[in-house]
Amino acid sequence: MKRKNRGGAEVNSGSMADIAFLLLIFFLVTTTIASDKGILITLPPKPDPNEPPPDINKNQRNIFKILANSSDKLLVEDEPFGDIDDVARLRDMVKEFVTNNGRNPELSDNPVEAVVSFKADRGTSYELYLAVLDELQAAYNEMYGERVGRELLNMFPDATPDQLGDLFRDLKTSDPAQKEIYDKARKDFPRNISIAQPSNVGG
Amino acid sequence: MSKFKKNSNTSQEIPTSALPDIIFMLLFFFMVTTVLREADIKVEQRIPKATQLQKLEKKSLVSYLYIGEPKDKAAFGSEPLVQANDVFIETAGIVKFVLQEKDKLSEAERDQITIALKVDKEAKMGIVVDVQEELKEANARKVLYNSTKKTDNI
Repeated sequence: MKRKNRGGAEVNSGSMADIAFLLLIFFLVTTTIASDKGILITLPPKPDPNEPPPDINKNQRNIFKILANSSDKLLVEDEPFGDIDDVARLRDMVKEFVTNNGRNPELSDNPVEAVVSFKADRGTSYELYLAVLDELQAAYNEMYGERVGRELLNMFPDATPDQLGDLFRDLKTSDPAQKEIYDKARKDFPRNISIAQPSNVGG
Repeated sequence: MSKFKKNSNTSQEIPTSALPDIIFMLLFFFMVTTVLREADIKVEQRIPKATQLQKLEKKSLVSYLYIGEPKDKAAFGSEPLVQANDVFIETAGIVKFVLQEKDKLSEAERDQITIALKVDKEAKMGIVVDVQEELKEANARKVLYNSTKKTDNI
């Protein structure tokens, strides 16, 4: 039996593009490209109630003190420093402090001993807290980047020397070659940022 | 009498038969990358910007806590609150929340759980610290302060 050839058996596909466009626009509008970026910190472990808190007798010169009060004013090394517009200056101060290596008796002995202590008040705004934390991280990242500057510039020939901090930060520890650079930078140079328990003065 | 006579033999149309394929490709890209928002955010979220951002590698390990003033001030007041998933929780309930989130992960990954804090810039440190204390209690010590890239370099 011969099959009858009826006309118009196929679906009209002319409007396929329009349908696809409609879906595309829907997903374009609803999409939020995941933005899991931020400043990663590790909280200290909960103190053991059976053990007394450890005695800390560090030489005062090895502690770089940053205090923030409830009206968002900063006190750096016991001197008034300003507010959130001034935090950019912190970066160079921290770098100078940590990499002092005993030259200036006011500043740290060496990077291992140096601690940057940041203490906020319960009334400090999160904006200031994050801005200060960001500067401290930036200072350390730049110092790390400078330690392995030659290796970083070999690996990323397009980069300029003032991007070393960014290059260091973006190193992927899953890649062995980059991990090696990372470990070299971190060796004997801990990131001693201490975030103290906030005070509760100006609630 | 022009010297350069237009050659009208060639067809001037762009072939559009592949257009649906191209559109479909774009469509699939956006379908795959899209994340339909799970939680309806009920607190203000003006996230402060920062420069030293790190990217998280494993998204499955991340749980979110939102902190800020409630948008509906008439119902919830103007003090910053903590939101987890779709509800406001007390700071005391954070331990329970973290344990629930840990249960969703496999045994080996439980210690690597990262709590992403999305904090409004007007929020005070007091509530952030209270949350962090609870996270220590729940042994979820990796904390990410969510932030976006600062574009201008002043």
